[in-house]
Amino acid sequence: MADISQQLKEQVLQARDSGHKLNIVGGGTKAFMGREADVDAGTLNVGEHTGIVDYHPVELVLTVRAGTPLSEIEATLAEEGQCLHFEPPHFGAASTIGGTLACNLSGPGRPWAGSVRDQVLGIRLLNGKGEHLRFGGQVMKNVAGYDVSRLQAGALGTLGVITEISMKVMPKPAASLTLVQEMGMDEVIHYMNSRAAEPKPITAACWVDGKVYLRLAGAKSGVEATAEKWSGEVMEQGDEFWRQVQDMQHEFFAGNDVPLWRFSVGSTAATPKLEGTWFIDWAGSQRWFRGAGELKDMEPAARAAGGQVSLFRGGDRTAEVMHHQPEALKGIQRRIKNAFDPDNIFNPGRLYSWL
Amino acid sequence: MTTKPKVSKAELAEQFRAFIDPDYVITDDETMKPYECDGMSMYCEMPLLVVLPETVEQVQRVMRICNENAVPVVARGAGTGLSAGAMPNKEGVVLSLAKFNRIIDIDPLARTARLQPGVRNLAISEDAAQFGLYYGPDPSSQIACTIGGNVAENSGGVHCLKYGLTVHNILSVEMVTAEGDVVNVGSDGLDSCGMDLLALMTGSEGLLGVVTEVKVKLLPKPEVAQVVMAGFDDVQKGGDAVGGIISHGIIPGGLEMMDGHAIIAADDFAQAGYPRDAKALLLCEVDGTEEEVHEHIAEAEEVFRKLGATSVRTSQSEEERALLWKGRKSAFPAVGRISPDYYCMDGTIPRRHIAYVLTEMEKMSEEFGLRVANVFHAGDGNLHPLILFDANVPGEFERTEAFGSRILEMCVEVGGCITGEHGVGVEKIRQMAVQFNDEELQQFHDVKAAFDPAGILNPGKGVPALRFCQEYRSLEHKQHTHEHTEAAHG
Repeated sequence: MADISQQLKEQVLQARDSGHKLNIVGGGTKAFMGREADVDAGTLNVGEHTGIVDYHPVELVLTVRAGTPLSEIEATLAEEGQCLHFEPPHFGAASTIGGTLACNLSGPGRPWAGSVRDQVLGIRLLNGKGEHLRFGGQVMKNVAGYDVSRLQAGALGTLGVITEISMKVMPKPAASLTLVQEMGMDEVIHYMNSRAAEPKPITAACWVDGKVYLRLAGAKSGVEATAEKWSGEVMEQGDEFWRQVQDMQHEFFAGNDVPLWRFSVGSTAATPKLEGTWFIDWAGSQRWFRGAGELKDMEPAARAAGGQVSLFRGGDRTAEVMHHQPEALKGIQRRIKNAFDPDNIFNPGRLYSWL
Repeated sequence: MTTKPKVSKAELAEQFRAFIDPDYVITDDETMKPYECDGMSMYCEMPLLVVLPETVEQVQRVMRICNENAVPVVARGAGTGLSAGAMPNKEGVVLSLAKFNRIIDIDPLARTARLQPGVRNLAISEDAAQFGLYYGPDPSSQIACTIGGNVAENSGGVHCLKYGLTVHNILSVEMVTAEGDVVNVGSDGLDSCGMDLLALMTGSEGLLGVVTEVKVKLLPKPEVAQVVMAGFDDVQKGGDAVGGIISHGIIPGGLEMMDGHAIIAADDFAQAGYPRDAKALLLCEVDGTEEEVHEHIAEAEEVFRKLGATSVRTSQSEEERALLWKGRKSAFPAVGRISPDYYCMDGTIPRRHIAYVLTEMEKMSEEFGLRVANVFHAGDGNLHPLILFDANVPGEFERTEAFGSRILEMCVEVGGCITGEHGVGVEKIRQMAVQFNDEELQQFHDVKAAFDPAGILNPGKGVPALRFCQEYRSLEHKQHTHEHTEAAHG
């Protein structure tokens, strides 16, 4: 538990003066994401900037330093019967909250509980000029100034060093239960979306290996009454199954030989016809694909499904790994980068080759 | 910042009339008059002219012409905003999106709706009702306000704690940039690659682009909703009860609080049967499946009784639920009946400070000689103090503004912020200097320049010029330091 923000600031100023670049590292468990890090850049270690700054369970608000491990945060919340509702994936014990926001990672409950980006209320950010700035707040609603806090979600640290995050936390559901049944991949899209359109306490829906899994959570009576009405067997190890999905420990994700692609698409879109295997999560909105190929081969399929694709793990990480951006958006993003990090210090080339 | 426009009003109108129906390029004062202000009618300005394009291509051409000629552009929806965000610029164009009023389609299976920006908020839910769906955010102006304006302000409503703000309920926007390009931000997926420009656009008050289409998420309509009303003889107890419900693990669909003045005004207006002697009233709505609501309502009643409620009443029918809400929903017009004018503030605070803030506000009320009634989105800490005044009494509005400023500064002091849902606009631009320091404000200006290099989109709103901030902070009564962290009083 330490506040090393002053030290981080000095390192940024030093890099700026000497013209060096910095790769931002928290727990180091997400090094596989994004494009390959610049080998000539120095390391800015945020992993020691840890500790819970403020937590008031009745406010449902937590403020925490960015290097704090997820496990530490979750243990503190659990003592009060609360949780990080967006179910952040742990890629190792060292996974931090800062990295989770920078990579915009959320677990199976995301379509219902919201994403990490949705829960963020405010941040502190060290920009490329070494200014330690504060945006947003510690309250549920704050529309003063631009939403710089949520802008960071998915920016992979290219706009600055997130040093502190205030976020909404939620009560743990009183009860949960998982229903499982066999179903074909073509049929399951309609099924999951139909279930999601019912006013029932559904909180996760995925499909893998010919089986569909639906999670119900909330007040015990509501969960049980819904389970009786819906088809499917109650799964004994339901919570463990979702934990594996959340942390990408399910066997679908195992091994590094075959690239792992992430399609973020319309929930009802037909699954693209590609050579490989699929894991459908978020009731159809997030589809994981394992198969060989290049980004340019995947993009038309993602576009046809109303969304975008990224090369999540493996494959060629010297090429682009994120969906191609149209020129007008490239221009805006370059200028935003320049607005936060005019000397291009942070995570050069990590998000796009051109940023 | 904008420079002096390079064209005359007549030249500009002529250029627009070449591609927009001449009847919808408005240049005469009489027809332009309704555009001089938004819902914040104390702030008025006549524009150079008003245009009402009807295609995206026309919007692009308007933007290109204005960008080339350094003419300010103020985009406008229904004009219901409460921070003068849509107040015209006297050297600029008001770009009304009123003709973009079509619901393009609703996809019941995907639970999405594609909308033109001028579609009214309530019209979305009315149309989606045939599929058992609705649109979550429900600002109190929802009969009139438009989805484009909701995106610009990141509008909330009474159901935010459970269902989120606009930013949580939209998938994508199509927008025209200051330079006249059409870009799509977001997608049909729940997130897109790279930095989250959709979040940045939401709540940007028309300073970053003109939204020409919005795709929203729809929610299944809950099976049941019931409301528990609880009266308290003390504000502190009412505030504690809010925390009590939430610590109990219940997230209400809506959780509203009114103070003694608001209770009486609202009850006089709506005859809702509120406990008129109460000092604080809570309305706690629980929604979900029948079983879940049954379970949570019983728990909520018990929590309120335990925490000292002097009266507890639960709606037993839809009619009764509507009646209990009627008082709250008509609180603004109800207060309007007891005063010639009222000024609605919009600060947010950590909920635990509610009793402190209301007590301090009472003291200020005496000091300024102005009455104040409070309605409070208690679930998410969003306070709407209504300052009662008479605009016909010389100096009273100025005193009201000064009182309002003090309230917003107090919100920041206790760890809250100057606006929860109404936006900064013109109205709260000075208080931005209380919530943010110069480096932070400069960062906002730099973000703006990334979208709008010439500074033509809604100039002078949202983010103050730094030189004004120094003046504001140096005023004698603003001597408290730029304190971001927890309240000094604990």
